[in-house]
Formats: sequence, C-alpha cells, structure tokens
Amino acid sequence: MIHFDNVSKRYPSGHEALSGLSLHLEPGEMAFLTGHSGAGKSTLLKLIMLMERPTHGQLLINGKNLGRLHSSQIPYYRRRVGVVFQNHQLLFDRNVFDNVALPLQVSGYQPRDIGRRVRAALDKVGLLDKEKMNPIALSGGEQQRVGIARAVVHKPRILLADEPTGNLDPELSAEIMKLFRQFGELGVTVLVATHDVDLISRMGQRLLQLQQGRLVHDEVANHVL
Amino acid sequence: MSSKGNSRAVRGPQPVARDGRRGASEGAARWSDKLKSYFQHHRALFINTGRRLLAEPVQTLMTSLVVAIALGLPAALYVGVVNLQQLGGRVESTAQMTIFLKKGLNDAAVDQLQKQLREDADIRVVDYVSRERALEEFQQLSGFGNVLQLLDENPLPAVLLVQPEDHFRTDLAASEDLVARIAALPGVDDVRLDMKWMRRLQGMLEIGQRLVFSLGLALSLGVLLIIGNTIRLAIESRRDEIVVVKLVGGTDSYVRRPFLYTGIWYGLLGGILAWLLVLLALLWIGGPVAKLSALYQTEFQLIGLGAAGFVALVGCGVLLGLIGAWLAVARHLADIEPR
Repeated sequence: MIHFDNVSKRYPSGHEALSGLSLHLEPGEMAFLTGHSGAGKSTLLKLIMLMERPTHGQLLINGKNLGRLHSSQIPYYRRRVGVVFQNHQLLFDRNVFDNVALPLQVSGYQPRDIGRRVRAALDKVGLLDKEKMNPIALSGGEQQRVGIARAVVHKPRILLADEPTGNLDPELSAEIMKLFRQFGELGVTVLVATHDVDLISRMGQRLLQLQQGRLVHDEVANHVL
Repeated sequence: MSSKGNSRAVRGPQPVARDGRRGASEGAARWSDKLKSYFQHHRALFINTGRRLLAEPVQTLMTSLVVAIALGLPAALYVGVVNLQQLGGRVESTAQMTIFLKKGLNDAAVDQLQKQLREDADIRVVDYVSRERALEEFQQLSGFGNVLQLLDENPLPAVLLVQPEDHFRTDLAASEDLVARIAALPGVDDVRLDMKWMRRLQGMLEIGQRLVFSLGLALSLGVLLIIGNTIRLAIESRRDEIVVVKLVGGTDSYVRRPFLYTGIWYGLLGGILAWLLVLLALLWIGGPVAKLSALYQTEFQLIGLGAAGFVALVGCGVLLGLIGAWLAVARHLADIEPR
C-alpha cells in the first residue's frame, strides 16, 4: 500500500531530512514510526500527504507513483488519506460536527449522508454528545479525538497520525492506539509517528525507527514490559 | 468531564465499517449525488457568505459604500448626459429656418416664393413675417420699441419662417442641404439655420459621454482594487481554514468559491447602493429642476436610470466584484499551502 523506494528529501536550505529510505507497508498493516525530533518522521508523513515531494527516489501508494501525480490531482488523492495532526488543526469558527464534516463536504457528499457518517465517526470516538460544541471548549484529549473522527469520517485507505497521543494521559493514549489498531484490522493501512516508546512496546506492532533521515530499525516490537 | 471518564466511551470503528461496503470506502460520492450537492453547495455558499458579511455589518457597509460611490459617480454623470440629450431633442424640435428676403422684393415675388416653399416636400409650415409685422413684434417683445422710432426707416427685413419636416430635426447634414437649396431660390437674401448652439451642445454631450466612459473605466478599476484588497484580507484571516480544507482534499476551486461569492456580494450590494444614491440625487435635484422648467414654461421631466439602468448597474457591480475577487484569489491563494 505504501512503498518507499530509495527516497531522499533535501530541503532548499540544504538540510537532508530523509536519505535513501526504502520501506513497504501492506494494506491493513499498522506500523509505528519513531525517532528523535528531526529524525524525519514528519517529512515522511508529509511525503505521503503530498505536502512535500521527494528529491530522489519513488513513492508508490497503492501501486501508483506519486511523482507522476499532477498537482491538480492532489486533492482527490488526499481524499483517500486520513490524517491526525499533532496540533489537531481544528477550526474554532465552527462546531465539532462541522469540523468532522469537512472532508465529506469538500468531496461533495449529500447533507443527509454527511449527518449519518459524521455521527458514526463521533460515536466511534465517544463524542456524539459534543457535536454541537465548539472544539475550543473541549479538553486537549477531546480535541484530539475530534481530529481522529475527522481523519476517519471519509473512510480513508490510509490513516496517518503525527504524535496523536502527545497531549493525552497513558490510559487515553492506549484507547486511541487500540482504535487505530482496529482500523488496521478493517483493512486501513495505519502509520503512526510517535515517540511514546512505552506505548509502542505494548502494542506489539511493526516499528520503524528513523535516525537522521535513515531507517535504522524495522522490526516487530518485543513484548517486553 | 475528565479525560479518564471519556476513555470509556471510546469505541471500536464498527459502525462506520458496516456501511463502508456501500462502495464509498474510497471517499467517493455517487455522481448524481455530486451534481446535486454541487448546486446545493453553491446555494449554501451564496447564503453563507452573505451571512458572514452580515456578521460584520459596519465593515460590509463601508466596503459596499465605497463600491457604490465608485459605481454611482459615472452612473450619475450618465444620467446627466441623458437628460441634456433630452433637452437638446426638445429644442431641436422647435428649431426652424429663417429666410431673409431681399430688400424691396414685391408682394408677387414673395407670394411666388411662399408657394414654391409650400409645395416643397421637405417643408411642413411656412409663415410670412412682413417688415411691418416684424417691427410690431419687435416692439412688443423686446422693449426696445422706442429705439426704433429714432430711426428713419424700418431696419427689419421681411422673413419667411420655415418649419422643415420632422426628420430634419436630427439630421444636421440634410438640414444644411436644405438650407443651401433654399438660399439658391430667387429673392432669398440669406437663410439661417440656428444649429450652431445645437452643434455645441452635441459636442459637449459627446465629451460628456466620453467622460462617463473614461470615468467609468477608471472607477471600475478602483472597484476591482477595493474588492481585491478586501478579499485579500478575508483570505488572510481564513488562512487556517484554507490549510485544513486543502489537507482534507478540497480542490482549489472549492477553496476559491467562498471568496468569489464574497466578491459577488460586495458587487451586488455596491450596485444596489449606487442605484439608491443616484435615485436620491435625482430626487434631491428634482424639485429645483421642476421649478426651473416651470420658469421656462416647459414640461421637462428628469429621466432616471430606469429598470434597465438598475440591471446594468447591479450587473456591473456583480461582474466587477467577481473579477476583483478572482484577481485577489489568483494572486494570494496559491501562497497558502499546508506545510
């Protein structure tokens, strides 16, 4: 589903964020991406989101070479990817429902369908009773869950998350991770960038460790507690 | 509510997964639904952008007023030109040719000339003013009658007042041909067609029309800049939203649309306000104009913009709003990409 083939990314400043990275994720596979800040985690996610283009190498998603994707096609591509951002990226000029509905609205869904799908997504993250509230009135954890609902409301093939548990206490973090794993079981390819090593080790999922733009570890985490 | 309490509410993704088998799992909506929702989207956008403007009434009113003044100025000038044209038309209709007869022309020759002119297809009315009648009228109307008594003889020539057919009113060249033809007739000393001032008026009206055009052009550019700048600020203030919309797969045209509608709204409001301004100005000068025309014993009616003028004004506003917004969006939206 996600295939990096010797991908490098050098920024105009000269900083090389990724160098010669190759990795492959099967459909429905779940993997954690870890490493120190500046190791290239965010860049890797940005490449998949087409917020950046690789300097070298090829990036294939679902067998398609993203390098050949015209920029006018980017929006349609992004509709198949769901992203949970570290800083939520919620809009405070509208309520929770409208925030979650945004991916459906931009794709041209009927209001009737939007209502049904948004409520299903909110129900899944346990915020069905907060749909009319402004996200600014919610706690950090609740805001993060609104962000997750928005990332999955359009049933993406790929789910990316950048430090999704950064602001959450361990118990809630575990719940959220469980949620991500359940998406993986449904066939969604899930890639989560985090440095919550404690949490990852308990998940028993594939672990990709980046160091200075290189993949230094690629293994299923040990169940050492 | 504590986050711990909430964690219990976090449930599995089954509900969505179930209807995910309806072929919509790739985030694609059905085609007919898309078309339908496209129109719904446009209607909703029109209303929503309007509401957004209403939420900031002072700002909206100020921008719309600036647009209204820029549109209203050339419109008012246009109304002025149209009314002067109307005035010109009235004067033309009473314009006549004055044929001065040679001195000492006998009555038979005058009768012959009159007969000839009456039979002319181009001439409608012929009126003979003898030297005696001319003197009488001069004494009555001018108030200088006493001056003439100082003179030994009546200095006024006999004249024939000729009213040409209606179509000569607007055709200056044909009128001049007619004048030349009459001047060549025997017994005619001179023919005066008092169209000089008509020509001046027409010249002025032509300048007026060009003034309307160039002022309109310059102020249209002003409207583009005003709306463009307003939209630029709107884009700036909604930067976060634009980034998120682009991240979740909003196309450029989706992002562009609300701003275009905002531009349309400004143009629409500006056009309507401009029409109102012109209407108020007409009402304001309508009283004095009526008084003045009463003094001239004419029934001069001010011509307003009318329905066509309203449509043209609002149409211009909407078009300029759309173009101004488009320019701003084309220039500034590309700068906002998710990073």
